[in-house]
Amino acid sequence: MTDKHTEPEAQPTQEPDSAEGHRPRSYGQWRKDRIDRLAESGSIADEDGVSLWQSAWRRLRRDPVFLVGAGIIAVFVVVAIIAPFIAPHDPTRAIPELRAQITPSTPIPPAQPGHLLGGDNAGRDLFSRLLVGSRQTLIVGVLATLGGLTGGMVLGTLAGGIGGWVDSAVMRIVDVMLSIPSLLMAFSIAALFARPSQWTVILAIAIIQIPIFARLLRGSMLSQRHSDHVLAARALGVKPTPIVFRHMLPNSVGPVIVQGTLVLAIAIIDAAALSFLGLGNPDDTVPEWGQMLGKAQTFFNTYPHIAVYPALCIIVVALGFTLMGESLREALDPKSRR
Amino acid sequence: MLRFIVRRLLQAVLALFILSVLLFAWLRSLPGGPVAALLGERGTPESAAALRAQLGLDQPLPVQYFRFVERAVQGDFGISNGVFRGQPAMEVFLQRLPATIELSVVAMVIALSLAIPLGYIAARRRGGPLDTGSVVFSLIGVAVPVFFLAYVLKYVFAVQLGWLPPSGRQTVGIGATHITNFYVLDGIITREWDAAWDAFRHLILPALALSSIPFAVVFRITRAAVIDVMDEDYVRTARAKGLTAGTIRGRHVMRNALIPVITIIGLQIGALLAGAVLTEKVFAFQGIGQALAIGFELRDYPVLQVLIMMAALIYIVVNLLVDIAYAVIDPRVRTK
Repeated sequence: MTDKHTEPEAQPTQEPDSAEGHRPRSYGQWRKDRIDRLAESGSIADEDGVSLWQSAWRRLRRDPVFLVGAGIIAVFVVVAIIAPFIAPHDPTRAIPELRAQITPSTPIPPAQPGHLLGGDNAGRDLFSRLLVGSRQTLIVGVLATLGGLTGGMVLGTLAGGIGGWVDSAVMRIVDVMLSIPSLLMAFSIAALFARPSQWTVILAIAIIQIPIFARLLRGSMLSQRHSDHVLAARALGVKPTPIVFRHMLPNSVGPVIVQGTLVLAIAIIDAAALSFLGLGNPDDTVPEWGQMLGKAQTFFNTYPHIAVYPALCIIVVALGFTLMGESLREALDPKSRR
Repeated sequence: MLRFIVRRLLQAVLALFILSVLLFAWLRSLPGGPVAALLGERGTPESAAALRAQLGLDQPLPVQYFRFVERAVQGDFGISNGVFRGQPAMEVFLQRLPATIELSVVAMVIALSLAIPLGYIAARRRGGPLDTGSVVFSLIGVAVPVFFLAYVLKYVFAVQLGWLPPSGRQTVGIGATHITNFYVLDGIITREWDAAWDAFRHLILPALALSSIPFAVVFRITRAAVIDVMDEDYVRTARAKGLTAGTIRGRHVMRNALIPVITIIGLQIGALLAGAVLTEKVFAFQGIGQALAIGFELRDYPVLQVLIMMAALIYIVVNLLVDIAYAVIDPRVRTK
């Protein structure tokens, strides 16, 4: 949610042949190290000629952590797609019979036949809102991640592909951004908008991911600069631009997927935090879990269930993405294959 | 050594410069600009024009930037226009800082006393049920929104069981004397033991919720570091020499494994501060986190500005000090 776990983890390995092991790890430095380590993974093939993805898949197939994570996410995505068709009620409108039960002393309609989990404070069917909320939650997560990835890709490719002073300039800014607590930065960006909406939430979360993806892609590019396939392409007379886009970028896919999976979890949790602080989308017609949780705060001590259900959904899905990302990272890391 | 410190100082100055530009840009892009932000809803066209001239907003951008830096260096960030109306924003920060430090320290102590032993045991029994269990536990810790955890703790232990106070820093009307604004410390200094104990009881629940952030990180780092160190030759040598398990653990494994852990600890400040915004809001704990939460809610930009600036400043300075401290301890760092 905060910086608990936004980036891939650099094992604090002490490489015997370098002074890196005892390098000071200030917070920013530590985040940089974790990103750099991931950047180096994913582009190296095994000696026996098995491609990295094949060997990764072999490991993943038998990895219970990955299977559990992937299972959760598969269910989540399917529900998000079919939710509007299986939801028993319209999640955006008050149900008259639930609405009628709302009185000053009972602001939340209880669970009852026909309404599995009862209603919310506006008389809408809670179960239907949870089902359909998965869709908006998925959209927020995916768009924020894609936004961060696109921004990071532009900066990272610029820095890693051109090098020189462009590299130094971009990386100085990226490093300062990395040293600011990311959630605090998300709050500050969201506060810039006079009228918050779903889009400002997505934008704020996307921006805080940009420096991470930028550093990741740059690192990956630099580690490939002197690799055989790039040298070969250069020897064949391929121009610099196609080398970057056809030969270097595709090899960065592994680390990007790992990071993207982890970021999806963070994005969903951060969206809830933004809503909790009143920086989220004030219009709750179309349900989204983070917003449902953020808005339920006034009822937590009296009707905790309307906060607990969306919270459980968020926790399970975030856990699913995290499990998947972690097992992917381990499978793609040649060092952990001992 | 001197060269390293000078270079590191220059880097910190550069970071501060970039940060000030970012903050300046942030301030300029606020809805309605800084004038509307400062005046709030009380603004009339005349007062807005007067304030524009007073703030020098009719000047060219570089001049405005230097004015901004000048005022920031003097600690002048304007007057709060939110709940703290009339109070200089800097004063709000200084008054509330001790509360958040107190909270963060207790949260850190809780996280460390759980995460380090657990990380060690998990690493020693790698792949066992305890290892798997605690890894999954730490991953769940990552997935639970901090503010939700805070609400659950509050609901169970304060609202339902009534064991601990649900909000605030100290029971109102306890008549405690405040000297440093660190309430627990104040109680100890003045020997008002019941006041100290009362303040401590108010700290437990928010600190528990907040500790989930460093817990996950420290646990994972400890586990990874112990696994690495166990593979080292010197550990094998120590074992071959017939040293007792306790000596190996204390002198050889933990002493080396804790190096990366220690560096993380001092520098979780940023993550803790972001978490404090959420936790302090849940427990109405009067620290800078709550001030930030209120600031975001009411768009109290002077308060937000000073709090964000100071948070980043503390951050950069602590980073600098840690790096220099490491250069003093470990000569290899200097040559890098």
